[in-house]
Parts: sequence; structure tokens; C-alpha cells
Amino acid sequence: MKNTGNITVNRRNFLRYTSLTGTALILGISRSNATGTAVVSNLSHAEEGYNLSPFIIIEKSGKITIFNTKPEMGQGTFQSIPALIAEELELAPGQFTVVQTGGEKKFGDGQAAGGSYSVRSSYEMMRKVGASAREMLVSAASKQWNVPVSECNAEFARVFHKPSGRSLGYGELVETAATLATPENPQLKDPKTFRMLGKSSRRPDVPLKVSGQAVFGIDVEVPGMVYASVERCPVFGAALTDFDASHATKITGVEQVVPVERVFGNYKTTGVAVVAASYWAALKGRKALKVKWDYRGNEQFNSTDYSQHLRDLARNEGITDVSTGDFDTAFAGGQSQVEAFYETPFVAHATMEPMNCTAHWKEGNKLEIWASTQVPSDIINELPGMFGLSADDITLHTCFSGGGFGRRLALDFVIEAVNLSQKIKKPVKLIWTREDDMQMGPYRPPTFSAMKGALSSDGKLTAFQHKVIAPTILSFFVPQQDKTKVDETMVEGISHQAYEIPNMKNSFVYADCPAPLLWWRSVTSSTLAFAHECFLDEMAHKAGKDPLNFRMEMLTKQSDTKRVLQKLREVSNWDAPLPEGKGRGIAQWDFFAGLAGEVVEVTRLSDNSVKIDKVYVVIDLGTVVNPDNVKAQMESSVVMGITAAVKNGITFANGRTEQSNYHDSPVLRITESPEVVVHILAEGGSNIKGVGEPGLPPVAPALANAIFDATGIRLRKMPFDLDDLKG
Amino acid sequence: MASAEIIIQTDNMAKYALNINGNKVQLEAEPDTPMLWVIRDMVGLKGTKYGCGMALCGACTIHVNGQPVRSCSTTIDSIKKNDQITTIEGISENLDHIVQQAWIEEQVPQCGYCQSGQIMSAVALLKAIPNPTDDDIDTYMTGNICRCGTYNRIRKAIHRAAAMQKGK
Repeated sequence: MKNTGNITVNRRNFLRYTSLTGTALILGISRSNATGTAVVSNLSHAEEGYNLSPFIIIEKSGKITIFNTKPEMGQGTFQSIPALIAEELELAPGQFTVVQTGGEKKFGDGQAAGGSYSVRSSYEMMRKVGASAREMLVSAASKQWNVPVSECNAEFARVFHKPSGRSLGYGELVETAATLATPENPQLKDPKTFRMLGKSSRRPDVPLKVSGQAVFGIDVEVPGMVYASVERCPVFGAALTDFDASHATKITGVEQVVPVERVFGNYKTTGVAVVAASYWAALKGRKALKVKWDYRGNEQFNSTDYSQHLRDLARNEGITDVSTGDFDTAFAGGQSQVEAFYETPFVAHATMEPMNCTAHWKEGNKLEIWASTQVPSDIINELPGMFGLSADDITLHTCFSGGGFGRRLALDFVIEAVNLSQKIKKPVKLIWTREDDMQMGPYRPPTFSAMKGALSSDGKLTAFQHKVIAPTILSFFVPQQDKTKVDETMVEGISHQAYEIPNMKNSFVYADCPAPLLWWRSVTSSTLAFAHECFLDEMAHKAGKDPLNFRMEMLTKQSDTKRVLQKLREVSNWDAPLPEGKGRGIAQWDFFAGLAGEVVEVTRLSDNSVKIDKVYVVIDLGTVVNPDNVKAQMESSVVMGITAAVKNGITFANGRTEQSNYHDSPVLRITESPEVVVHILAEGGSNIKGVGEPGLPPVAPALANAIFDATGIRLRKMPFDLDDLKG
Repeated sequence: MASAEIIIQTDNMAKYALNINGNKVQLEAEPDTPMLWVIRDMVGLKGTKYGCGMALCGACTIHVNGQPVRSCSTTIDSIKKNDQITTIEGISENLDHIVQQAWIEEQVPQCGYCQSGQIMSAVALLKAIPNPTDDDIDTYMTGNICRCGTYNRIRKAIHRAAAMQKGK
């Protein structure tokens, strides 16, 4: 055993983990502690080791396993990440098995899917791992045949010697390959020769998902398992006083009733768990509970007052985010000034698979967890401290997620199940009902925006201000948030668009919120882009200019945004007049996740109602791995963006969430889903942008701008009712 | 699919004999138990999903005598003696149902959680209307929610399946 600081893995454990019995070629990544840089390493004969990340295992039988550290939640990482290795290793789909990692320390801290970051953070390194393996296998073949390496090539899991017509499968080469040194700088393939990357590829999880065979967290079964449903306080921030389980325990199947704590960052609440032999019995038992809560005055919280509170806060100067030029002077001296106020609602993630987790607290304080999660690494990193365990005591099985959208970045539902299993000493599957999911939060925070702009006499934007008033997500995770500084995550993108505006002063005003808040697909950009890009539309109309031309005038220098808008003009046929009764609107957004622009076309049905006809999306990626999947993600972003723009969202009264299920917090249905036309800009280069989120922020502003074009109604408050539009 | 008789015993309530995917299943359950939980947790077929519990989302769609029903709102007691129940696992043996094939061709699923229900609805649609228009599809499929927003691909896949059915 070699101990290098905090991580120790011996070969026995390592081999048990990989279920290997004989020789195999194992290539992975080891992180140099000195520099933090990752290098590809041959782990085949590592008698002892540390920081082992075995991304490829090739066995003598020819079986090839690729490890995937990015959880699959519908965004396509089950295909796209292994494809990075498989491309360089010259494997065809179907020639390898993918194993999803469970936060094991040896795979590093990046086992997470979020921020549209999976592919771009893996692109170079995973290809390097695959290329190293390929070069070692080719070298092994050249040694076995005693021929020059240059005469050998790899294809479809075999190495060929063209001059002699010989070939060997990878499995036949591993014994020799495993003894070779790892090439320091393996030759990556020329993208022109790619078989998979950059081409639309079928996802290996699709057959599982059309046959009911895909295992989501909610599908896990463990011997001896019981089920649980938890009654939590309907009022946010309230406390459990007392409960009477006498009726609940009389329900057939109910085994016990115990309090259980939910921990969402620093928002901690105690609920009452009904544990039963079946989930149905647990639900019935829960209905029979009598629970007393101490509302602690939080029953006063309601949406009407809260919205007014945010409007009142808008009078505050706020903390300056970015200031360029002299906004105050330029605004006062403008030829004309425009001011507007924008509002957005709370919304739920409403993943189709409700939150759930199966946990088994075993004798000897070992813990096994099965969960649909976006963050295996966080579970392994954070639970030890909470439960007095070491990371090695925890085994996590990362299941397919039935939607994530940010909700599964939180650990609350995992911690709750672990707490319960620790108490009842049994494996337990704790499932949130849809009502729990809608009513307990976390939610996407609302952002309110106070906008100011001034135009010069030639109709150019000379002064611009976006002041954001919002509660913060981080207040739930940072014990004492420093409110003298801007929370950068709440002003995301507003000061970093490519528009050249000479005088700009953006600011942020903190608000508090009793309901838990969390990142929601495209995070704050999903609301800030609405205010920002609609207000630019207002300024364009004030200037008497075409909204796209108005934007292009602020993009004199070459930029990715300029490229996107130029392409959008072309693919949406922007310059061709629309028939009478139709309208179109445009918006773009550039933020941490990436960059996209959209044009929405609508038909006016009456003076105050419209129908959405078509959405054109241009996404700027640099490099694309699976175009059809990118297209699917854009279609998805459009549907989710429209839902957030036109459906109820979440409101509060008497300290509680007013909505409970899909009838009162609806999501878009097939009848409302417009045609989506996607164009991918992938001109190569090392600047790879994200896919999962960038399609979302432009949806609401492009739609609102289209509605203005069609009806003259300017929408400044989401959600908007397409059947009864009110400016 | 194996035709062996499955017998499951629990310690309470009424006895039921069900016919699921061509298999006879005997079990004991409380009469008000929704078929969703019977199918998932007693029979062990996990393809049928819980989404809302109120027949709002369609993730739990199964067929009873070929008709799509929401299993979350169908109690075991309402199932009649000779009712034939079909779940996603019962529509084909090797992914060879035309709707599954069309779903793969169009790469419909994203997270995939709602897709069992979508497919069960689509199978029933194509039986009722072999050559559906977009409006037919919208009307028939509107009870099935997809949070990932795969609706346009669902529409395309149904048209594709209709064409495959015709060509058979």
C-alpha cells in the first residue's frame, strides 16, 4: 500500500472494483499532485496505486469497458462521452460496454453533469486516453509481428498489418500492450477522419428507453427493501411540533412512523416518514397522519406581497456589477430615454421522475445508495462529513435520471433517504410524490429587472442599465453570504454580451426568500435574458429601427454573437416580409453555458391572442460531437423555454405553494409544441461551447418580441397568457 | 415471453388473478391499490412509470384489452376477470414493434422516463387510426407529458410507424 495524502487504493480493491481476474490493458488518468495536471497512465500492472481513473479496460476476451463519469439525464452523455474515447480507440458503437461511475474518488471530482459542461470538459482528455490505448495496441501488434509500427493500423477493435494481411483483435494484444509505456503525446486523429465525432450517432440508451428496460433511480429494488413517503411542512421554514401516528400504523403494510430531516444546504426541515411494505401503504399511512407544525410566522409569505417587495427594492441603488463609460451623464444627455420594469415568476423543475433515493445503512456503518443524481462526486464528497463516514464507506450507484434540469444537483432527497435508513436500519426507497416535488421546492428564483436606456439623435444606444432585483440561490448554500458584493450568479450575462455600448452601469439588489431556490436549466439567464433582450427590442422600436439591424449596429467587431445573428438572419429569412397577421421576434444570449440566438414566428389570432408557429435556433458550438443530439437539445430547450414563458409557474399564499401537480402548474403539451428549425455553427477550434442550456434563454424574449411585432402588445411580465395577452 | 405462471403472495387482503403480457399472475393486494404499484412493485415490471398519480401526465399508460388507461388511477379491483393487461414490456419480444422501431429511428427519447407511456399511447393510436394526421396525433397524444420536449420527434415517429405499418 502506498499512501499519498488522502487517497489510497490497493490493487486488490482496484481489481475487485473492475471485476477483473486476469491480465488486461487498463488505461486511465492519474493526476500529478504537484501540478494538478492530468496525464494518461498505464494502470495494467499497478500493484498499488493512487488516483487511479481507469477509463478503459480491455480484457483478453476482447471485452472492452469504457467508464463514463457524466450522469445521463437525457442530455446524451451516455453516448457523447464514451464516443470521445471510442473514436480515438477505433471502436464502433456496440464494440464496448459503458459503465457509469458512482463518485469513486479514483475518478476525480468531476463526476457531475451541470453547466452544459460535460462534453467540453472531457473533449481533449478522453480523446487522449483513447489515442494512447490505440497507440499501445498498435505497438504491441508491431512487436508481436516484428514489423514497423508504420505498417500497422487500428480499425474496429483490431490491429491490421496491411502488407501481410494479418490482423489481431485488441483482446489478443492486451498482454503485450499492458507491458508498454504510455505514450506521452499520443497522436490525436485528424477530425477529417472521424467516424463518430461530429456525425449524428444513435444513443445506446435509446433502445433501453423504448422497451422499459432503462433503470432509473425509482426502479431500483434491493432485497429486504421497504418504501417511504414523507409528510413535510407545507409552510416554508416551519418546524415539526408533534405528530400522532396511531391511525397511520393501523393501515395494513405500515411498519413504522419516524421523523426524518431534509437538508437542503442550510435550509433544514424535519418531516414525518411513513415506512411501509409497499409504496401504496406508505401513501395511505401518510394520509392518516396527524401532524402539528410551528409555522414560526412564515405563513405570511405570499406572492402578491413578495412581488411588491421586489418592486419596492428596485428603488435601491444596488451594488454595481459592471460600469463602463459614464452611464448617468450619457443617460441624462440622451436624445430620448426609455425605462421599463420586467418581472419573472418562480418555476419548478418538475422532472418527470420525481425525486427519490434508495439508501441502505448497513452494519459496520457502510452505506449503499442508488440515486438518479447529477452529482455523484458531491454525494461522495459531502456525505462523509454529515454522517461520520469515510468516502470508502459509501457505494453509490448512479442511475439514469428521469430529467435533471438542475434539480438533481441538490442532495436533499439523498440525505433524507440516508437519514431514514440510518434510523430504521433497513434499505429504504424514499419517493417524493409529484405534490411533494411541486410544493417543497427548490424553485428557480424570480428576477425582477429595472431597465434604462438612452438613444442618440441617430438612434444608437448610448446608455444602458440593467438592475437586477432577486433572491439568491447561494444564500441557501453559503452560510453568511457577503451582501456588500454582487452575487455574480444572479447577474449572469447582463454585463458580458458582445454588444458595444459606450456607457453601461449594471447593478444588483439583494432580496431574501423563505422558499428554497436552486439552479434551473440555464439558471439566471433563463429570466435575465427576457428583460435584457426585450428591452433592447423596445429601444430598437423607439429608434425606429429593425430589431436585428439595431443589434447589428452594436456589433461592429467580429464576434461569435455577430456570427450567430448573421446566420439567424439567413436561416430565418428575416428580411422577407411576413404575411399579414404574423409577427416575428429575435433574441440571443451569451453566457457561461454557451451561445444561441432564436427567431420566433407567431400568428395573431385576435387583438390579444397569438399562436406560436415556428422557432429558428442557431447555436454556436465551435465543435460538435453529435449533431442530432444537439438538435434534440435545442428542441427540448424551446419547449421548456415556452413552458416557462407561458405557463403558471409557482405562486405562494399563506406560506405555501399554491400549485400541486401538472393540472395547476402545467407544462407544454404536444398540441402546443411548435416546429423547431435548428442550425449548428461548428467551425472547429478549441473553443467548445455547451449544448444543454444555451437554447433556453432566447426563447422567452424572442417570443415576447414576436408578440409585440404581431399585436403591438409589449409583455414585461412572465408568464404571459397567449390566449389573453395583457401588456 | 415466457408463459410460466407467476405466483406472488403477500400477507393481506383480496386475491386477484391477472393476465399481464400474456402471463397469469396471482397476487393478493388491497382492493384500492392502483395498478401502477401492482405492476411495478408486486409484479416487478418497472417500465410503467409514476409521474403524477392523477392521470395528468400519461407516464403510467398501459393497455387493458388494447385500450390505453392510466394505471395510476385504475385500481386493481376495477380489473375484470378476463381483462388482458399489456405493459411496455409486453408489446414486443425484441424491440421489433414498429412503434419502438420508429422511436429508435427518430431517436425520440431524451431522459426517457415518459417514453413507455408515450409508446403505449402511440400503439393504441395506430390501432384506432392507422394513418393519423398531425391533428389526430395531437388529440390522441395530448394526455402524455414530456418534460424534455420530444413532441416533434414523437409526431415524426408516429408518422413513420404509420408508414411502416402500411408497408407491412
